[in-house]
Amino acid sequence: MSISRFSSILKLSFLSVVLAFTSNVSADPVKAAFVYIGPTGDHGWTFAHDEGVKYAKEKLGDDVIMTTIENVAENSDSERVITSLARKNDIVFTTSFGYMNPTVKVAKRYPDVKFEHATGYMLEDNLSVYSARFYEGRHVIGKIAGRMTKSNVIGYIASFPIPEVIRGINSAFLAAKSVNPDVQIKVVWVYTWYDPGKEADAANALIAQGADVLMQHTDSTAAMSVAEEKGIYAFGQASNMREWGPNAQLTGIINDWGPYYADRIAAVRDGTWTSSDTFAGVQQGMVKFAPMNNNMPTEVKNEAMQTIIDLSMGKVHPFTGPINKQDGSPWLAEGETPPNFPDLLTMDFYVEGIDSKYPN
Amino acid sequence: MIKLIPRVENSKAMILLSPLLALTLTAVSALIIFIFILDDIKVSSVFFTLFVLPLTDSYLFPELLVKAAPLMIIGLGLSIGFRAGIWNIGAEGQYVIGGIAGGAVGLYFYNVEGFWLLPLMALASIIGGMLYASIAAFLRIRYQVNEILVTLMLTYVAVLFLSAMLQGPLRNPAGFNFPESRIFHDSAMLPIIWEGTRLHIGFILAIILSLVAWFGIKKHMFGMQIKITGSAPRAAKFAGFNDNKTVLYSLLISGGLAGLAGFFEASGPAGQLTPGLPQFYGFTAIIVAFLARLHPIGIVFSSLLIALSYVGGEEVQIEYNLPSSITQIFQGMLLFYFLACDILIKYKVVLNKTKD
Repeated sequence: MSISRFSSILKLSFLSVVLAFTSNVSADPVKAAFVYIGPTGDHGWTFAHDEGVKYAKEKLGDDVIMTTIENVAENSDSERVITSLARKNDIVFTTSFGYMNPTVKVAKRYPDVKFEHATGYMLEDNLSVYSARFYEGRHVIGKIAGRMTKSNVIGYIASFPIPEVIRGINSAFLAAKSVNPDVQIKVVWVYTWYDPGKEADAANALIAQGADVLMQHTDSTAAMSVAEEKGIYAFGQASNMREWGPNAQLTGIINDWGPYYADRIAAVRDGTWTSSDTFAGVQQGMVKFAPMNNNMPTEVKNEAMQTIIDLSMGKVHPFTGPINKQDGSPWLAEGETPPNFPDLLTMDFYVEGIDSKYPN
Repeated sequence: MIKLIPRVENSKAMILLSPLLALTLTAVSALIIFIFILDDIKVSSVFFTLFVLPLTDSYLFPELLVKAAPLMIIGLGLSIGFRAGIWNIGAEGQYVIGGIAGGAVGLYFYNVEGFWLLPLMALASIIGGMLYASIAAFLRIRYQVNEILVTLMLTYVAVLFLSAMLQGPLRNPAGFNFPESRIFHDSAMLPIIWEGTRLHIGFILAIILSLVAWFGIKKHMFGMQIKITGSAPRAAKFAGFNDNKTVLYSLLISGGLAGLAGFFEASGPAGQLTPGLPQFYGFTAIIVAFLARLHPIGIVFSSLLIALSYVGGEEVQIEYNLPSSITQIFQGMLLFYFLACDILIKYKVVLNKTKD
């Protein structure tokens, strides 16, 4: 083969690559995939992500093709699922903490695919992390709970003792205590994100211990149903659970992932996606609230609304000193607020006044 | 009325063919379900993705083997006890303890290089699984406590122990206080035998173990002993076989192998200890053992088949947005048809005209 012929082939193939590339950007829809830990029908965590996916699909229309896969356990199987998705998609969202290391591994093997991991802390050039300041939501429901409890016992159904969950317990307790100094919080650890049976058992156990307001950091509506049945109060988790507790649900913390998902997928479409670290709250609209129940006294409702407004304007921080740790050692000085790292992101202690034992 | 009457002689050919028959019936039923819930065009491609793609795709096939390895190892151990009528239902617990023991050794020697580390971890995991199963053996031998209950309950204890370890001594000091261990260093990771995949040496060992078990059951006295103890306990007593020894050895073997599988999982595809270590391998392996009629070579195939249902099930979920329960439905049908075939091999159906 002569040199000139070889070079013309080279040019041609180069040209076709360029053509293929440019046509890709303009015509092909972005393929986006989502890995869910629970079923979309949990009406909690996974449901909220799925709502976000639907929102993004509606917003981006034909520019995106969505794939979702539910019930992916946080074990070595998840790496296979994430890999299968990475082979066929432009961007893969993994929506639970336990997918972190598998996502990192797959991201390294597929440098051209973008990855987004919810609630973790490992970043790569093609791997973003995103999470919401759920503890801001807990601040609001904590205040409501502190006002509404008659037994002064708040029951808390907790999943795993990870920083995100601990932040929620501390935030809710501090807020409740700020309006009701006698309030106590009882925590039951169920060591699962989604198990309606266990969650209902935990709810009943807490009620037996005197709780008349329930909070949960698990994904199903089971506790809400128990609260409705027993005539006590509870808060929706991750989505509006009104349907399961028309009288019980005072309000709910709603995770609104939709705008974030639409933005990130649009960024892939436009070629502007870069790795980022997002930790957004009420101010950015990632944490929202279900409508306040009309059975709440107006003062309580107003106080909650005011708290939401203050949070959205950045006027209050749920963790504002002075705050001591459970063992009495000082954490935050008067007027001090904690940094994201290490205090918030690695939180592994209860604040002073919680009399439950920290799980070890 | 329909009556089941025991057959005088069971067809040898049918005994061998019934797993295939069960598989065919499962496939046909799956097809019928797909025809009802899917558009016509999709049926064949879903079918292909579920049953064929995992065998032909260069990424999915090694993953299938990765998934089969722990099922094979645990299934082997269980089959030995099941032959003797020793029902170790809690292999999941022994698997978890084995994973913790092996992983703890690897983490203790964190960043220490050496070829000796993996064998040491393997040994720790086997001993861990054995010791854990020996609790059930002790209670059964000493106090006649039912080993089904003990092994099953100890599974929950093992899972809680794992989460306690991950909250405490084994937690990654640089891990933002999440309950996970460090990621194992290279010397504590199983060698990969297929470049670019997660297929590790544990799969080869699982095959070797199956062959060893096959010869062991055929040639070794202990094989004879468990077989007779299981099928004719009184005869075994007259033959002078020690019942307690059978209980102890059965539980030690199944516990040790389950422990080893836990280590393979931790040092293989997982690469660290996490709360996700238990994933029902210990329970699924019971299906694996029975589908194989407790035969060691049969277990190689049945574990591959069950692994196929997992991997294929995930793929149809990804490709066609089918619900994740498709895998359970498939496994359930398989076991159902298999047991139904077995009944029909052992009994014949007689239609009784007169009412009883």
